[in-house]
Amino acid sequence: MKWDPRIEEMPAEQLAELQYKRMKTLVYRLYSFSDFYHRRMKENRVHPDDIRSLDDVTKLPFMYKSDLRDNYPDKIFTASQDELVRYHVSSGTTGKPTVVGYTQNDLELWTTSLARGLTACGLGRGDVMQVSYGYGLFTGGLGLHYGAERIGATVVPTSVGNTERQIELMQDLRVTAIACTPSYMVHMGEVAEKMGVSIEKDTNLKTAVLGAEPWSEQMRTHIQNEMGIRAYNIFGTSEISGPMFCDCAEQNGIHIWGDMAYTEIIDPETGEQLQPGEKGELVMTILQKEALPMIRYRIGDITSLDTSLCACGRTHPRIDRLQGRVDDMLIIRGINVFPSQVEHALLGIPEVSGHFMIIVDKKGALDEMLVQVEMNPGAFSDKVQDIMEIRTKVSHILRNSLNISVGVELAAPGTLPRFEGKAKRVIDRRLN
Amino acid sequence: METDDYIIKQISVFSENKPGRLAAIAKALQDEKINIFAFSIAEAKGFGVVRLLVDKPEPALKKLADIGFMVSFTDVIAVRMKDEPGGLFDIAKILGESEINIEYSYAYSGKEAAVLILRVDRIKEAIEKMTGRGADLLKAEMFL
Repeated sequence: MKWDPRIEEMPAEQLAELQYKRMKTLVYRLYSFSDFYHRRMKENRVHPDDIRSLDDVTKLPFMYKSDLRDNYPDKIFTASQDELVRYHVSSGTTGKPTVVGYTQNDLELWTTSLARGLTACGLGRGDVMQVSYGYGLFTGGLGLHYGAERIGATVVPTSVGNTERQIELMQDLRVTAIACTPSYMVHMGEVAEKMGVSIEKDTNLKTAVLGAEPWSEQMRTHIQNEMGIRAYNIFGTSEISGPMFCDCAEQNGIHIWGDMAYTEIIDPETGEQLQPGEKGELVMTILQKEALPMIRYRIGDITSLDTSLCACGRTHPRIDRLQGRVDDMLIIRGINVFPSQVEHALLGIPEVSGHFMIIVDKKGALDEMLVQVEMNPGAFSDKVQDIMEIRTKVSHILRNSLNISVGVELAAPGTLPRFEGKAKRVIDRRLN
Repeated sequence: METDDYIIKQISVFSENKPGRLAAIAKALQDEKINIFAFSIAEAKGFGVVRLLVDKPEPALKKLADIGFMVSFTDVIAVRMKDEPGGLFDIAKILGESEINIEYSYAYSGKEAAVLILRVDRIKEAIEKMTGRGADLLKAEMFL
């Protein structure tokens, strides 16, 4: 099922033409009516007339999270307050909070995007969706709420917390779908089990739409198998409206609606555009937003773009599961390395656990990267040769995955640091 | 003859190569009043494996695991050697002729005799061959 087949199956060339037209209109509008964009474009010696094709988009300057913070709360809005119908405010964990304003059309765009996405996850009229994202200043709750209502689903706006009551309601109201963070989904499963409720056998839950935090394909498999449901990945950030784009039934990448957003992947160091399939920083231009348009906004997440036709028939490009944040990126001997790549590689090796540390240092002029990882007790052999073989195996797998050679140190279980909240797995001694 | 009687539970401990690890192991065993008959350290770059024969293997293993060491039991055999020239040859010859591979070994020289500790690839066969040819294997109970 498709919400809007005409748009979702639009031939790629036609979609590109539409993107170009909307990009051009947006750039003219902002150059003419926004002090901020006008100045930013002048500083970068680019004029709207320079944009003669989608390729020329690379001439436009980037926007950063700091642009929003520096212009707190609404200095770069391009709609006046009386045109706004809502604010959302992101938590200011890394500085001042950022405020996003929405006109009626902005909400309409957001809701339409989610209506397409939720339909692609197989949801629609007759479904009962429990929205267990936070309602309030955070975009998750209200975003999914309106998206689910739009497709004719019945919404149970539980928000987060009071998990036992959520599970009772899930049973009583015959909930078929849930939207929440992946970790809350796992938590719900655990609480349900303690209550003697099997999500698979004792509820009607069939679909989960999970996002707002990084999660892995392994976690998806775990959730799907444990609960007997299909778990879809949803992506978004408040600067582009909120949760906006999700997987389709193929579960093979998140469809970014090309009529709404122009997506680029860039090298975070040089700012140069990368080819489809190459891993880099996600950059988005939201083509039709009124109150807070973002041109070439550097989202800071690492992913890659897939422009091939999806098996579902949708022509719109897909992004891969997010693989970390640019802020976490290390440059080792000129090669970009993400701690998430290390984690991913280690997860596939049964002899070691997921607890690891990365230590970067200089040896003479050369960067050296050392990965310390805890062994799984089951893999311990008292033959030195066996342990050395495990170390060689880990080292080979990391080399293949990162494209650089790294040292490996095996540690006993429980000896590496444990982290609550955000893990600090990198010690970069080059900075000393 | 029960070959199992001769299988001795050696404790193997994984240890990162940094100061104080052996002291931590020794202290833990002292706290539990466990006596060490023999030990050796196999070292590699960055880590080592400490191997111990003790009088109370089960409590020793539990204690070391409790304080965070990665530990396991490994089956070894112990054979008394004549403490004179040719003592080691008598033993090694039997294993060599039986095509049994020694993975590692270490020895200690006690009051009564020298003892060779062996980890071999086919332990039961090694026990049969050695007892069959008159080697003086120590029973596991002698270490308790």
